[in-house]
Amino acid sequence: MKIKRNTILTIGAIAVFYGLLIAADNFLNTYWLRILNLCAVFTIFSVTFNLIFGYTGQFSLGHAGFAAIGAYVGALLTLSSAQKQANFFLQPIAPFLANLEVPFLPTLIIAGLLAAIIGSLVAWPALRLRGDYLAIATLGFSEIIRIFLVNLQPLTNGAMGLKGIPEYTNLYWSWGAAIVTIFVVKRLIDSSYGRAMKAIRDDEVAAEALGVNLFKHKIMAFAVSAFFIGVAGALFANLISTIDPKVFLFTLTYQIVGITVMGGMGSITGSAVAASLYTIFLELLRPIESQFNIGSLVIPGIPGMRMVIFSLLLLFVILFYRKGLFGQKEFSWDWLIGFLSRKNRKKSNQALISDEAAEKEQKS
Amino acid sequence: MTLELFLQHLANGISLGSLYALIAIGYTMVYGILRLINFAHGDVVMLGAYAAFYGAALFMLPWYIAFPLAIIITAAVGVIIERVAYKPLREYPRINLFTAAVAVSFLIENLGIVIFGGRPFAFTRPAFMDVNLSIGKTSIISYTIIIIITATILFAILLYLVNKTKAGMAMRALSKDIETTGLVGVNTDRIIMFTFALGSALAAAGGILWAVKFPQINPLMGVMPGLKAFIAAVLGGIGNIPGAMIGGFLLGITEILIVAFLPNLSGYRDAFAFAILILLLLFRPNGIMGEVQAEKV
Amino acid sequence: MSLLSLRSVVKRFGGLTAVNNFSTELQPGELCALIGPNGSGKTTIFNLITGIYAPTEGKVFFDGYDISGKKPNEITRAGIARTFQNIRLFKGLNVLENVMVGHHLRLKSDPFSAVLQLPGYVAEDRKMHEEAYELLQAVNLAHLADKEPTALPYGQQRKLEIARALATHPKLLLLDEPAAGMNPQEAEELMEFILHILKAFELTIFLIEHQMRVVMGICPRIIVIDHGEQIAEGKPELIQNNSRVIEAYLGVTENA
Repeated sequence: MKIKRNTILTIGAIAVFYGLLIAADNFLNTYWLRILNLCAVFTIFSVTFNLIFGYTGQFSLGHAGFAAIGAYVGALLTLSSAQKQANFFLQPIAPFLANLEVPFLPTLIIAGLLAAIIGSLVAWPALRLRGDYLAIATLGFSEIIRIFLVNLQPLTNGAMGLKGIPEYTNLYWSWGAAIVTIFVVKRLIDSSYGRAMKAIRDDEVAAEALGVNLFKHKIMAFAVSAFFIGVAGALFANLISTIDPKVFLFTLTYQIVGITVMGGMGSITGSAVAASLYTIFLELLRPIESQFNIGSLVIPGIPGMRMVIFSLLLLFVILFYRKGLFGQKEFSWDWLIGFLSRKNRKKSNQALISDEAAEKEQKS
Repeated sequence: MTLELFLQHLANGISLGSLYALIAIGYTMVYGILRLINFAHGDVVMLGAYAAFYGAALFMLPWYIAFPLAIIITAAVGVIIERVAYKPLREYPRINLFTAAVAVSFLIENLGIVIFGGRPFAFTRPAFMDVNLSIGKTSIISYTIIIIITATILFAILLYLVNKTKAGMAMRALSKDIETTGLVGVNTDRIIMFTFALGSALAAAGGILWAVKFPQINPLMGVMPGLKAFIAAVLGGIGNIPGAMIGGFLLGITEILIVAFLPNLSGYRDAFAFAILILLLLFRPNGIMGEVQAEKV
Repeated sequence: MSLLSLRSVVKRFGGLTAVNNFSTELQPGELCALIGPNGSGKTTIFNLITGIYAPTEGKVFFDGYDISGKKPNEITRAGIARTFQNIRLFKGLNVLENVMVGHHLRLKSDPFSAVLQLPGYVAEDRKMHEEAYELLQAVNLAHLADKEPTALPYGQQRKLEIARALATHPKLLLLDEPAAGMNPQEAEELMEFILHILKAFELTIFLIEHQMRVVMGICPRIIVIDHGEQIAEGKPELIQNNSRVIEAYLGVTENA
């Protein structure tokens, strides 16, 4: 009975959310639409990072590389052959790509699959390592992917990047993908496989002693995450319309780590909330990086200041609020209903008490 | 390939290797004691280079004052990082130390961009390091030799400190068994500080010499050398100081020679180190001089 | 045919020989204890059986198959489960979920069915919940099913660890110092519990214990090792009076 109620609530919430998306799409300007789309992309980045790091306990720093693969696949499959010719003026594009143009949905899926395959290939030797070693190895792989992107001119146009990528990403695609990602990750985490992953995180030796195949589950976390990161990368490319290898520097990974830690490792709710807060605040704080005037006072802009603030905040959270915003707590319908009914009970109790007090006063 | 060209490449490789070795030592010392990969180590390299740059360019100090001063300042920064970000988290699960290291690295890089500016600066080589020398028929620029000599001197000092002083012995003891060593009266905190200071000093020296060799400095310049130096440390056997030196030299020489013999792949030169890492992981994860460390279950 | 067979097993770590030419056979249904002073190699032998270490020499056979050097999860799948000297519970999972991890290796549904919650998976998941709950009832912990394992007192944590191991449907259960840290009464209750599950779950149990007193009354067969070698074996009465055993524990002989 309870499960039925929760399912109805979830479907209802998604319907309401969809309605909000329609409203936003029709009434907001391009500036805000772009921000909302970015929120969705970063939500996917953060939730998938949480799957590998917060739930399975693997220190992976390869996110930027997987996103890059997804982005380039997305770009190369959606650019028209004319645009490709214009981009690849230094060296002609590899022949099989020249006329290849794929509709958006298959593009997203191919981007995800390719990222998942390469992610698994990267993970395969790297997962022999524990803890910090895995981090360096994945960080290194992420940078190597970038090096390959810079060098494979006929495939990627090298350091010059790709311009004029059609802007297919809209709120429905980006948030649709985000919702699917959250759904899949949550279902996985709540399943027996998720318990196995958490067991690996908490105590690998004990998990193995209970028959859990460590390698299989770690790769599973990697592959699932890499798939959705690839999708998010493609959405990103078709949002900002211009990509080059520098966009996917390891600093992108560091931002994702920061978001996820602040939201709470082990809370999908935390990741989603933190990702959106991050994107929005980053935009709101943009003015401090350029000059602005208060009356006759001129305050010079400091480029790069937003990231300094973010990294200071992150260090602060790590040292003093280790659990982040949500810790390991998740939003759930049960919690919300419990919360609301407790509030109502409190109110009615207080009403009862004041009624009794009023009665007592009347009598005396 | 002529003999002269080969010798040039070899000298180049050894000098590059010295730089990797200088940086790798810091990684391996910290890992040996704390079992932590100090992600911020590569950025400390960058700080050393910038400190030297500002000393010379802003304060007009001659190199023989600016460089040692920069090393001392950077060593202090290394200790501060440990005190502020790593020490408070020592009793907590490893995951916190790891995220702290990532956060510190991120912070230093961003501070670098804000304070130093994102555009690269040109590092001025001291005049005597820019001299064209001829050894037989081979021509080498003096900094190549100077780097090798300086690094060797620093290695000798380090090995003396580690093997012949009380502090060094305490360091080695801590890396074998941190709990027991603490129990027998060694001031663990002080020795850890000493380790960070030493490692950061060497990293700073590495950063300054790196700037001499590649005279363009930018706030993210330490990341790739840091990653490669870490691979060098793993190659030599993580936790093993002579191993870090050997690993550094091997990595530097290999990188230069591969590019020399396969110039078409020169764009991938940074990737070679990672190829080596993959091979290591698959076939000999303990490195050249590493010991198998069985986990007590 | 014996269930577990160790044949001339040797384990060296560099220059240190932790286990030296150890052989033994365990029959199905047996309750056998492995005792010896600290550092004599007892846990190492367990680790050799469960695949954490591979033998330097010699072989380990289980149920007729050579399991020497196989991976721990494969060995558990074959039917050997263990508990650890330092309790290793999963702190991020509650009590019931800890037990359910033990069921995971028998799961037939793939991750896709799990995510889509196809009927096959849902049925298996429900069974896992039920079985885990039953196991908790068997160890009297069912009322704490949704608590954090760290909230449990030490003795109950031990029982939870055992219940979790039982969830893997083992034929052989290795218990590494299960009574560690317990007072004599708790230790006795635990021993009775072990006797109970021996019959109830049709197990063979191999148990490490450091305190001789604890196992003397219960285990029909005791193996004593010192410095990685077997120095005595037999019924409790024989062991108690064995001079080599006394020497190993106390360092002196009775007749000086």
